Amino acid sequence: MILGLMVAQNIAFYIIAALIVFGALRVVTCRNIMHAALWLVLVLAGVAAQFILLASEFVAITQVLVYLGAIIVLFLFGIMLTRAGTTDSDELDNKRPMKIGAAVIGVLLAGLMGYSLWDGFSDTEFGDIVVQRTAEVSDSIFSSYLLPFEVLSVLLLAALIGAIVLARRD
Amino acid sequence: MFLNQFLFLGAILFCIGVYGVIARKNGVLVLMSIELILNSVNINLVAFGTYWNTTDMANLSGQVFALFVIAVAAAEVGVGLALVLLIHRNRQSIDIDDVDMLKG
Repeated sequence: MILGLMVAQNIAFYIIAALIVFGALRVVTCRNIMHAALWLVLVLAGVAAQFILLASEFVAITQVLVYLGAIIVLFLFGIMLTRAGTTDSDELDNKRPMKIGAAVIGVLLAGLMGYSLWDGFSDTEFGDIVVQRTAEVSDSIFSSYLLPFEVLSVLLLAALIGAIVLARRD
Repeated sequence: MFLNQFLFLGAILFCIGVYGVIARKNGVLVLMSIELILNSVNINLVAFGTYWNTTDMANLSGQVFALFVIAVAAAEVGVGLALVLLIHRNRQSIDIDDVDMLKG
């Protein structure tokens, strides 16, 4: 039974990972900016699903609420307010040499990280994954990480005021 | 499941994000690529957090760090989009190549 669960987890992982990688490639290559934002939804939802697979339910819920609920809407507002257009456009990318250079950098980086990951963690396996409950996460935040949490709230306030000051029309 | 599965996924997502940041010139799309990078980091943090949680039940640092990254990303997108709107209002374009007044 446990073996069956492991196999199911692996199958789910690879399906979701393929969706994430495909969506991410579409985000960075798509010629329509609105479609890029919608492909980003797929990537973010896939990442939330991976968090569920890792039994980290609170982070998954937060991912859905904050990313899918707030950040995507912000992006759509940004696209519409800047009138970037909903039609296909060739103006979104840099010139061809720059794109080739970017692809080379990406592939080199992938090779480097892939090699070091393979070298360092190739036989590291998860033990028995147990569900990490929300109450335990909140205990951790409000005991060991209380000071960073407070600093973070100040940062959010500063970002809020900064965004209002920048975007205000006067 | 192996830890490496998630680390490789994070690495691939990171590289795609880096490609997007360099290859795109539209401000909003650059911000989207940065979101990809931040999400890849979150995958890594949660994977390692779960890995350590299996040996030490009280250790949830990975998840807490991922939550902090999500909050910082929200703040970053808010300010970033305000900047993009400001650039668009002043120059009628959000090509970040056009913002080169410091270039002499």
